[in-house]
Amino acid sequence: MNLNRRQFITTAAGLAAAICGQQAFAKAEDVEAAIKAIAGDAEVGTGGGLKLNTPEIAENGNSVPVSVTVDSPMTEDSYVESVALFADGNPRPEVVSFNFTPASGEAFAATRMRLAKTQNIVAVAKMSDGSIVSETRNVKVTIGGCGG
Amino acid sequence: MANAKPRIKVPKTAAAGDVIKIKSLVSHIMESGQRKDKDGNVIPRMIINQFECTFNGEPVFSCDIDPAIAANPFIEFRARVQESGTFAFKWVDDDGTVIEAAKSIEVS
Repeated sequence: MNLNRRQFITTAAGLAAAICGQQAFAKAEDVEAAIKAIAGDAEVGTGGGLKLNTPEIAENGNSVPVSVTVDSPMTEDSYVESVALFADGNPRPEVVSFNFTPASGEAFAATRMRLAKTQNIVAVAKMSDGSIVSETRNVKVTIGGCGG
Repeated sequence: MANAKPRIKVPKTAAAGDVIKIKSLVSHIMESGQRKDKDGNVIPRMIINQFECTFNGEPVFSCDIDPAIAANPFIEFRARVQESGTFAFKWVDDDGTVIEAAKSIEVS
């Protein structure tokens, strides 16, 4: 990457306030509403081969690694359509939605997110048969994406 | 802003039916729209909101990205390859800017 280390650190420090804001943080109902938007009338179960990976403690709220994986054959008959991530303590709950196809081969995706403070991350997986499962994990954030 | 230079890691070769790892990284400030400048004005949101990967023109994987994704978005995923060809990657910014990249793979 051509972004040299000094530039990156300056940018990252400057972005320490990136996730904070003048507005209120998300509430639990916002996350529930977002999940309902995915699930519709379907019941949201647990298990289903979904695994959400987050660190127990994130030292830097500006960049927190997260990955999801769902045990699925990923064939035309049975695959994971999407896995959406929500953060219940950020200004807005949406983090990302990973959209898979059978050509993905495996329902795995990883990225890095910004977390304003200690909070729960919720993964919601939607399967090709319409079933929905979710998993929640708590992440402790020592230096928030708000600079402390 | 998108001064973006994507870096992508795709194996050069694979066997038909293999599931390979793909890692992507693009430089982008991912301005969340939550920050204020020194005068107290909100710095407007400017993020990459969409990432797409296709193989020989067919969709493989995509993401709908929100401001909570960290600056310089890193995305790792998988792809099952059956034949040789080219992966095409596309990132789309809030202002409509499109960043594209491609990587070929030989599958035997």
